[in-house]
Order: sequence, then C-alpha cells, then structure tokens
Amino acid sequence: MNEKALIDDEHFEHTLRSEHTEIISPENIVYEKPGTLLDVDMHYCPGCGHGVVHRLLAEVIDEMEIQSEVIGVAPVGCSVLAYNYLNIDMSEAAHGRASAAATGIKRVLPEKYVFSYQGDGDLAAIGTGETIHTCNRGENILIIFINNGIYGMTGGQMAPTTLEGMKSTTSPFGRNVSTMGAPLKITELVAQLPGTQYVTRQSVHKPGNVRKAKKAIQKGFELQKQGGGTCFVEIVSNCPSNWKMTPIESNHWLEDNMLPFYPLGDIKTPNGRK
Amino acid sequence: MAKVKGDIIIDIEKCKGCELCIEACSQGSLERSRQVNNKGYLYIVKVQDNCTGCTNCALVCPEGGITVYRKTVDGKKQIAKIDNVNQDMNIEVNE
Repeated sequence: MNEKALIDDEHFEHTLRSEHTEIISPENIVYEKPGTLLDVDMHYCPGCGHGVVHRLLAEVIDEMEIQSEVIGVAPVGCSVLAYNYLNIDMSEAAHGRASAAATGIKRVLPEKYVFSYQGDGDLAAIGTGETIHTCNRGENILIIFINNGIYGMTGGQMAPTTLEGMKSTTSPFGRNVSTMGAPLKITELVAQLPGTQYVTRQSVHKPGNVRKAKKAIQKGFELQKQGGGTCFVEIVSNCPSNWKMTPIESNHWLEDNMLPFYPLGDIKTPNGRK
Repeated sequence: MAKVKGDIIIDIEKCKGCELCIEACSQGSLERSRQVNNKGYLYIVKVQDNCTGCTNCALVCPEGGITVYRKTVDGKKQIAKIDNVNQDMNIEVNE
C-alpha cells in the first residue's frame, strides 16, 4: 500500500469518527427513509431503478397517510418480491395478470386505493391483453409500469420494449426490426383508449426526474380517489446487470438511447390531451 | 448572510456501492470506501465537509439508505446598533 493510500485511509477513519456533528439531530432531518418502506435489504442489483420507485411509492403513501387503505398487486419479474419491501396489503398475480387482479380487488373494495406494479415483460408482453382491456374498461386503478427494455429476472432476453439494435441474449446481434418487430410503445397505445384519464412517462435516473416521478405517482393516487378512469405511469428505468454496464454508465446510456425513443412527459391528462 | 449546512448518514450495511450518489452530489462530498461491508460491497462514505443538505444523494439511492440533515447556521451577519455606528463614525451625541 503506498503512502497516499495510507493517508486516505486515515482520512476515511477521521470521517467516520466525526460522523456525529451538531447538525445530526432529529429536528434537522430533511430526508429519511419512509416508514412504509420496510427496513430490509432489497434483492435488486446495485443501481437498479426498482428500489427508487419502491421508495417513491412508500413516500407518497406516507405523505397521503393512506397506508391502511392501499392494496398493491405485485407482478412476475424482478419486482416479484415487492410485497416484502412495502408495509402495505399486497397480493401477487399470475404473470401479466396484475392489472386483472387489481381490477377484481378494486371492484370488491371500491373505497381502497389499488395499484399494480409491473415490469415491461409482465405488462407489455404476456399481459398486453389484460393491460389494454383494463385501460379500455377504465378501471379506477393506478398502473405503475417499469420499462427497462429487457427481461431482467430471466437473464436479459429481448422484451417487446427492447430498442432497435439493442443487444440481448436472444438478440445477440441487436434487435432487427424486420424480423423481430419494432419496439412497442404501450404507453402511447393505452393513451388512445377512452378509459384512461392520466397517462405519463417519467424516469428516475436523475434527482430532478425522481422528484417528477414522485409527483406523477402522487397524482395517480389522487385522481384515483376522484374516479374517472385508469392512471398509467410509465417509469423508464435502467438494468445495469443485463445491459452489462456499471450503474452510472447505464444511466448515461438510458439518457442517450432510451429517452429519445421514449420521450418523458405527460401524454394524457384529465383536462385534455397534451 | 445565513448559511445552510448539511450532513448525511449513510447506512453502510445497506449500501451496494452503485455510486449513483457520487454522481448526483453537486459538492463532490462522497467517495467510495476502501473497506467492504458485510455484503462485500465497497460502500460509500462522505469525505468532505461541504455538504449543503440538498438531498440529491438520498433521492437517487435505490436502497433508501441515506438520511439527510440540514441546518441554517448564522454566518457573520451582525445587527448594526445605532450606538456602535455612532462610535465607529466618531459622532458625538449631545444629550
């Protein structure tokens, strides 16, 4: 170990020792982990956007004080264990059927806030029919759609939302649009349906985008109380492990490649199309 | 002028060393440690005292492992008293 490294180590130890300054006291807290998010380690890979979205959901539920009135439906995919991390009533649905299960829960218990949390393999591939018909019927639920353009849990296979030319284990030379079809913009698709009232696309790769995504989720819950149709919040996320990048690289790649094809912003609002 | 000072506590056992907080920090306060936590990740530590409590690191942390504190501390602002001003400017007041 060279001299500089030793100095650095001392510096680190000094930092750890001087942890308790006068600023650190309960009345000065400006940001802490929301109470609805359970104090357990998540199984997600380092840098995964799922953790951020879980935390945003918990923050919104805490701020609206609706912890006892929320029922969530977990999908099949990376977020299949979402019920282990959120301290709310949650159910698990068959692959792709989260929005159908949420429909049933909402119809039996119309006074509850119901949301489904789905990935792109779940919502846009096997569950396309359920998603489109749920939105077409205008069920009063909130659908949270995490789009990372790949099947994360099963090892990085091509998803309907995979970008053109993007490599995956089942498209090793890049997605060829002539044989594999074009990427599916399901958010624009459901925005066409009369049953949806609020359709938006957000991301969580930068602090500003995280704030906007939180507002979108909050708006989804608030509109659900008034009724009037399905709220659909897409969140463009990263998948460092299956994109084979570091978390920081994956966020840059997301900004350069995903966002031009999946532009952020409100696609449909209750006051009229935007 | 009032000054805002911040500080953070990182839950090093939750940290997975993804470094998103290092990128998000506008002050460059954070750095990767040389030691690993129980999970085997090189966790993140705060190495500089210039935190402003902007909460950017906590917003991007996927593990929810950062708690942010912020406090407004008084800087060199002094209230100008009429007696002091008179003294400084050598004004004699006839009473």
